[in-house]
Amino acid sequence: MQTAQTLSMPHGTLPLLYTFHFYLFALLAVVSALLFVTRKSPVAAALWLVNTMFCLAALYVMLDAQFIGAIQVLVYAGAIMVVFLFVIMLLNLGHGGIGDTRGLGWKLAAGAVGLGILAEIFALTKARAPTILTLPEGFTAREVAQTGAIAPIAAPLFNEYLLAFEVTSILLLAAVVGAVVLGKQRGDEHAR
Amino acid sequence: MLGEALFFSAVLFVIGLFGVLIRRNAIIVFMCVELMLNAVNLTFVAFAQQYGAGGQVFVFFVMTVAAAEAAVGLAIIIALFRHRQTVDLQNINLLKG
Repeated sequence: MQTAQTLSMPHGTLPLLYTFHFYLFALLAVVSALLFVTRKSPVAAALWLVNTMFCLAALYVMLDAQFIGAIQVLVYAGAIMVVFLFVIMLLNLGHGGIGDTRGLGWKLAAGAVGLGILAEIFALTKARAPTILTLPEGFTAREVAQTGAIAPIAAPLFNEYLLAFEVTSILLLAAVVGAVVLGKQRGDEHAR
Repeated sequence: MLGEALFFSAVLFVIGLFGVLIRRNAIIVFMCVELMLNAVNLTFVAFAQQYGAGGQVFVFFVMTVAAAEAAVGLAIIIALFRHRQTVDLQNINLLKG
């Protein structure tokens, strides 16, 4: 429980090693994301995105969300990205032959929209929630150290958010049925 | 580390948005949407550290919805490819006036 110990210290005395690793993984995530957006080949892009997700999992662990970090690796990097790679392989798109990026006008427009949203989000980060909502320093880390990483998530999931949890199962069922129906070869196409 | 996490999540979100706007390969556009979801998850986790574990529960839900969305979206892309033999978004313009 290295993170638990470091985070229970008062703010400002965070060990240099923690800060160093936080910035290391965050910069790796940003660089991988930039490479992901600019790669021509879909396979290379998908693998850079997997790298971004691994770095994000490391950040989650450093932010006292160990369980979320684990399911980030299992669900996102493991399951979802495998499905993406599988579809790239199935449609035989691996060589990136199709026209890739849009024209200069689109790039300028995208840059303008991106800068606008970035400015907006930075303005929002200045806002602070009332201090009465803020937990004491290192509260989450102590909770994880006492009850384990899963209990702080499982308790609200099966009490306060039980309805949302059940609705999620209906969503997954609908998604499974929808994916099967959409992916199925239609019989009448063969008949013609 | 709340401020730093929010900064990096904003940067990742904008990179994903940029990808959605400039790429023409439907699968890559779709992966950019996943990157944007991941950026928002980082915000949730960072806030959960200061305001309680409810934020982590929401990350859980976002991941579930992302998995469902990936399954349905990729099925749509496969159906589209079967129909038009391309995933280039510039060729998929049936609704264009």
